[in-house]
Amino acid sequence: MVGNTQPLRIGVLAFQGDVREHILVLERLGAEVIKVRRPEELASIDGLVIPGGESSVMDKLVRLFGMYEPLTAAIAAGLPVLGTCAGLIMLSNNILDAMDDQKSLGGLDVDVRRNAFGTQIDSFETNLSMPVVTKDPIAATFIRAPIVERVGAGVTVLARLDDGRIVAVEEGNLLGISFHPEVNGDTRIHEYFLGRVAASRELQES
Amino acid sequence: MTEVQNSSNTGSSRVKRGLAEQLKGGVIMDVVNAEQARIAEDAGAIAVMALERVPADIRAEGGVARMSDPDLIEGIQAAVKIPVMAKARIGHFVEAQVLAALNVDFIDESEVLSPADYINHIDKWAFQIPFVCGATNLGEALRRINEGAAMIRSKGEAGTGDVSEATKHIRKINSQLRMLSSMSKDELYVAAKELQAPYELVLEVAESGRLPVPLFTAGGIATPADAAMMLQLGADGVFVGSGIFKSGNPAARAAAIVKVAAFYDDPAVILETSRGLGEAMVGINVNDIPAPHRLADRGW
Repeated sequence: MVGNTQPLRIGVLAFQGDVREHILVLERLGAEVIKVRRPEELASIDGLVIPGGESSVMDKLVRLFGMYEPLTAAIAAGLPVLGTCAGLIMLSNNILDAMDDQKSLGGLDVDVRRNAFGTQIDSFETNLSMPVVTKDPIAATFIRAPIVERVGAGVTVLARLDDGRIVAVEEGNLLGISFHPEVNGDTRIHEYFLGRVAASRELQES
Repeated sequence: MTEVQNSSNTGSSRVKRGLAEQLKGGVIMDVVNAEQARIAEDAGAIAVMALERVPADIRAEGGVARMSDPDLIEGIQAAVKIPVMAKARIGHFVEAQVLAALNVDFIDESEVLSPADYINHIDKWAFQIPFVCGATNLGEALRRINEGAAMIRSKGEAGTGDVSEATKHIRKINSQLRMLSSMSKDELYVAAKELQAPYELVLEVAESGRLPVPLFTAGGIATPADAAMMLQLGADGVFVGSGIFKSGNPAARAAAIVKVAAFYDDPAVILETSRGLGEAMVGINVNDIPAPHRLADRGW
């Protein structure tokens, strides 16, 4: 393949959450990573990761620091985004069990139930099949995790629990995951995401 | 590190530490009732610590401080959607069992309460719920991690509004980490002996340069600038106890500290968030507290 040989430049939304774990995985995969908290920081990136954390706090800080409009505009313009856990909630068009005034950025035509499993005692690890990403099982850690309860027509389901509940989805340039590949130090989902980012950059440059 | 073998596994080390990782960059606030819990949640607290009296009142009133009434904790759990933490006395594994049965999200084995065991801490591996423990230095932090703590908070001196002890403890832990990282492998045996911590953990942190669990700071944080200083000194997040609900305008102060936690390295943001917050808690200078009444000395 010809084209841009510069490393991919990935932003991690860095208001709160497990920012560091995402940065470690992305850097291990050769990406150039910056923390994103200001509108101007969005301009230079090829893709964005919204980390795990508390979605309601992230939402408050996004709006408080004037990032809501720039982020929704970037998503609408096709910026590739990977959201894990709270990040999936931020990317969903509709949050179930949200806080009173909680807003999401939207983009994924899904309904996501916040904290769908219960309190921390119900957090768990399991092995998942995610054929689009790898033929081997993925060890997935679910921490007070959300579940996708409805998917729109344009949404592809990437992984389900054994009982059929949806825990990973993709629509256009957006990838939403209920669990935390970054907590396990698993690079495969990020690698898949970087592949999508590279393809999107190629497309924009051609 | 626990490896996944079976199809679904709760309460593993990774699941417990995983929650602690998600709380990073956040502010954990002490609350004594459902109304305060809602104020904290609205302000952007990452979690609330449910307790009967904030440390400043425990200090003022004296007597034996114990785990809170389960009804109070349940009332707070019902009031908010963010994680709820609660405190057990040091070594009081039955209080911890009660809190686990209540399904709190995190247990704080806390020196703010009166110790129940002057020799042993709780065996935290025996629980599915993650624990946070206080530490004043690296050896203490590693001993707690060895017992199963999923998060460490540097102790500071709770209930004072005097940040100096918090500064001392976070600086101490981080400078000891830096010192270990500079040592050769054969020097780490003696370092482990001096830290009174297991060699394997000492080796692990010497190689990584950091604790294997998140390191928060607590004890005396009363202003946005205090919180920002702790984060600039390397804390992953902060606990604010008496500092919020003993101040003139708790909602504004709580929101300001949350805001500053996101931009702790930007003086312009710290300046803006420091304006118009009303009275900070009055506070007590740590040096005016006679040694036997210092909470940070509890824990071994």
